[in-house]
Amino acid sequence: MARVWLFGDNVDTDQILPGRYAPYMTSEADLGKYPFIEARPEFRETVAPGDVIVAGANFGCGSSREYAPRALVAVGIAAIIAPSFARIFFRNALNLGLPLFEADLRGALADGQSVTLDISNAEIVTASGERLPLPAPPDWVRAAWTEGGVVAYYRRYGRLPLESGA
Amino acid sequence: MDSPGTLSEQILSHAAGRAVRAGELVIVPVHRCMTHDSLTPEVIDVLRQDLGDAHVREPGRVVVTMDHVAPAATVATANAQVKVREWVAAEGIERFYDVGAGVCHQVMIEERLVGPGEVALGTDSHATAYGAVGAFGAGVGSRDMALALASGRIWLRVPETVRVAVSGSFRPGVSPKDLSLYLCGLLGMEGARYQAVEFHGLDWLDLDGRETLCSMTTELGAKAGLMLPSGPVAEEFPAPLWLHVHEGAQYAQTVRVNLSELTSQVAVPPDVENIRPASELGDIRVQQVFIGTCTNGRLSDLRAAADILKGRRVARGVRLLVIPASHRILQEAVADGTLSTLLDAGATIGTPGCGPCIGRHMGVIGAGEVCFSTANRNFRGRMGDPEASIYLGSPETAAATALTGAITDPASL
Repeated sequence: MARVWLFGDNVDTDQILPGRYAPYMTSEADLGKYPFIEARPEFRETVAPGDVIVAGANFGCGSSREYAPRALVAVGIAAIIAPSFARIFFRNALNLGLPLFEADLRGALADGQSVTLDISNAEIVTASGERLPLPAPPDWVRAAWTEGGVVAYYRRYGRLPLESGA
Repeated sequence: MDSPGTLSEQILSHAAGRAVRAGELVIVPVHRCMTHDSLTPEVIDVLRQDLGDAHVREPGRVVVTMDHVAPAATVATANAQVKVREWVAAEGIERFYDVGAGVCHQVMIEERLVGPGEVALGTDSHATAYGAVGAFGAGVGSRDMALALASGRIWLRVPETVRVAVSGSFRPGVSPKDLSLYLCGLLGMEGARYQAVEFHGLDWLDLDGRETLCSMTTELGAKAGLMLPSGPVAEEFPAPLWLHVHEGAQYAQTVRVNLSELTSQVAVPPDVENIRPASELGDIRVQQVFIGTCTNGRLSDLRAAADILKGRRVARGVRLLVIPASHRILQEAVADGTLSTLLDAGATIGTPGCGPCIGRHMGVIGAGEVCFSTANRNFRGRMGDPEASIYLGSPETAAATALTGAITDPASL
């Protein structure tokens, strides 16, 4: 089971990974030590691979720093579910293969709740068996996720996911 | 007849070679790629490790700057910069702007490295600034940049457009930053998420002011901020014949602002949408005033501050930090006496670049301190200790605040 980490609106990249803790300033190997280091210190101490972030609107606003989603990937966050995402964060996550779902589940899930994330069926299943549907991604997005992100897709196929295979 | 489209639709249609409209996904060639010291080390890693030792497809389209931690503040940043310089040389990138040249976006526009009708990407969210010269400028992360460098193209969703229809003119002491902050308060931090913002009715506005307005659209969540080159900007940045403002274009929303009614605005921590008139803030004491960044570190910004500080001294207990956005601006501010005026008032001057905007060097603030900044973000912990506070405003409000030691509406002086 995955733990739900509940966050509010406008979670900015300075909260996710302050600029002072990005690998340019620190070591790449330490990236997983810093997500939410100041905004929510208990996160990095107890987060486990497979956990899910459920947040409010405009998640990831602010800087273009890809270190922010990468720090979440480094600690094993399996998906982020929010009603909306800031555009650069959205792209960075897609490039990294970190699934994002545009849905508002804040009213349906509690912080610390245990759930099962089913990416292939695009749903969250609670411990009591309740099924919460997530919007199914377009095929090209799912193809990018399957390869581990747009970069991995490009390396394998020599083209972007939206491009025809000719 | 098709509707002739927004500026974004026209630019992306031209780049795609077919008529495209808001909501469509397109893959377009990238005319300009800018990447700075903060993300270039990661871009290099992605090219080498994730893309199989890929190289830059067209080095002539690439600009690399050193501005985010420049000069290097630590051994780690110094080593990362060595890696960037070696890569720049190996890839044959000639447009390399090393320590002291200035903030990436200022360099791009000042050195005429981006032009009207072009699609330009930067590894920095404020690449929206390129809209000041009529370019579609969008911020991207390291992997998008690596893909663009290797492939020469990018996928984009053609954005809807928010039109800001401006009338009137600025009151004394009020400037483009106040308009930007007013819009942040009005529309919110996702008021233009995934959208473009076009400014109309500002044909008289100079290039500096346009850069401020377009770069600050990022704080609305925008993908691009755009103005058709006109008035004082048209001669140096002539728009291609196919780029126009069309009456028939479809906008997601139109916001009307009468500048004659606009007063000095301040973003109160911890969000850029938390906007109050400077005159209504009460007694908020500050320890540091920072004038600089891609938002407000240009010559007209320094001059506006100098006009207020001329013949006076900053308040006791206030550190006034001025960081010109580029080497050229620093030289111009020396030549016209602006810098002397600022120094006489008690300012200290930093190396052109991003300064303490991201809390990495040259003016980081400590717990309990308050900084009044002309930058673009006041998130908790952005400029240093998470228990420090950042208020954002115009260079005029910054100068007035430095004089009194508390946040001050310049109109009240």
